[in-house]
Amino acid sequence: MSDNDTAVAGWKESIYQVLKRGNIKQVAYVPDAGHAHVINRAHDDPDMHTVVLTTEEEGVALGCGAWLGGQRSVLLMQSSGVGNCVNMFSLLHSCRIPFLTLVTMRGEFAEFNAWQTPMSQATEGVFKAMGFRVIRVTHPDEVEEMVDAALESAFVAGEQIAVLISQRLIGRKKWIKD
Amino acid sequence: MNQTASSPAIINRREFVAKLIQSCPNALVVPGLGSANYDLFAAGDRPENFYMWGAMGGAASIGLGLAIAQPDREVIVLTGDGEMLMGIGSLATIGVQQPKNLTLVILDNGHFGETGMQRSHTSLGTDLISVAKGCSIARAAHLASLDEVTEVAQAVAAKKEPALFQVKVKADDVPRALPTRDGVYIKNRFRAALGFEPV
Repeated sequence: MSDNDTAVAGWKESIYQVLKRGNIKQVAYVPDAGHAHVINRAHDDPDMHTVVLTTEEEGVALGCGAWLGGQRSVLLMQSSGVGNCVNMFSLLHSCRIPFLTLVTMRGEFAEFNAWQTPMSQATEGVFKAMGFRVIRVTHPDEVEEMVDAALESAFVAGEQIAVLISQRLIGRKKWIKD
Repeated sequence: MNQTASSPAIINRREFVAKLIQSCPNALVVPGLGSANYDLFAAGDRPENFYMWGAMGGAASIGLGLAIAQPDREVIVLTGDGEMLMGIGSLATIGVQQPKNLTLVILDNGHFGETGMQRSHTSLGTDLISVAKGCSIARAAHLASLDEVTEVAQAVAAKKEPALFQVKVKADDVPRALPTRDGVYIKNRFRAALGFEPV
């Protein structure tokens, strides 16, 4: 883990703890630096099954299969991956599958790569268009409570919930030339 | 653009699926949308079928999530070449996971049957068995006769490793057999068969 990661590990660890307490058994992901801590923790947890995906939409279908089989899952992705999921979201809507995804935002704060911006701008709208409720988290102090509330809305109320984790919370991406 | 399938497609899809379900009566089955969905329903309605009417490309990943959640149950993904091709990356994901209880059965007619029988990649050069093996699904085989359904049934019952079978079926239109399209009902009925209640 980088120094930056250590500095903000508090809220990242709290996400892992909420998922653990919330009985999340399958952790599907396309990696992002902002999710790295949770992914590592999940890999080390014998009670969690980690599934690395080739594209985010696999995680939507996987989460449906997990629920059919009686397990709770979470999909970890970055905002650019949300667009890859759009038609697969119809599965959740049509079958009313409880679903939780945590999305690290790119393209909105100190973003050096403008290619991230279009999907970032569209992320919330895409989720809403496909029937999700969207919760945005912008401060480290609120992460635990908000993710916990999202998890309950998903698996107790049966909603499709996306938690958007602001890029400001994740911090500037450091780029070192050569 | 003129490649043809490596072996003659002689299997009747309805007969094959009927025999498969007869041989694997306890399996949890996830059919891909389109003809595979109809074939499964035509073999007899059962709560352990998760009928699909959309989400093209998702059947294999649904099967994977289900197989992980229910490691003691047999899970069959029954789909067509077009649906499998759309979710082709999921073969790599399944290869990483190595779920012992997951069997993929691809009813391959080399065409997109729902949309006017345009040729698909599997009749234009793509070899699904090579793809599967390249994704670490070592048990991947091509079936060319109805009797070979026993090979599938054995792999399903063994729960020893993930398996993929490519079944060369005739590219003909068969009568539609339409299961319910109510996704919430299909989901709740499936989960109830596993002992789970609605939220």
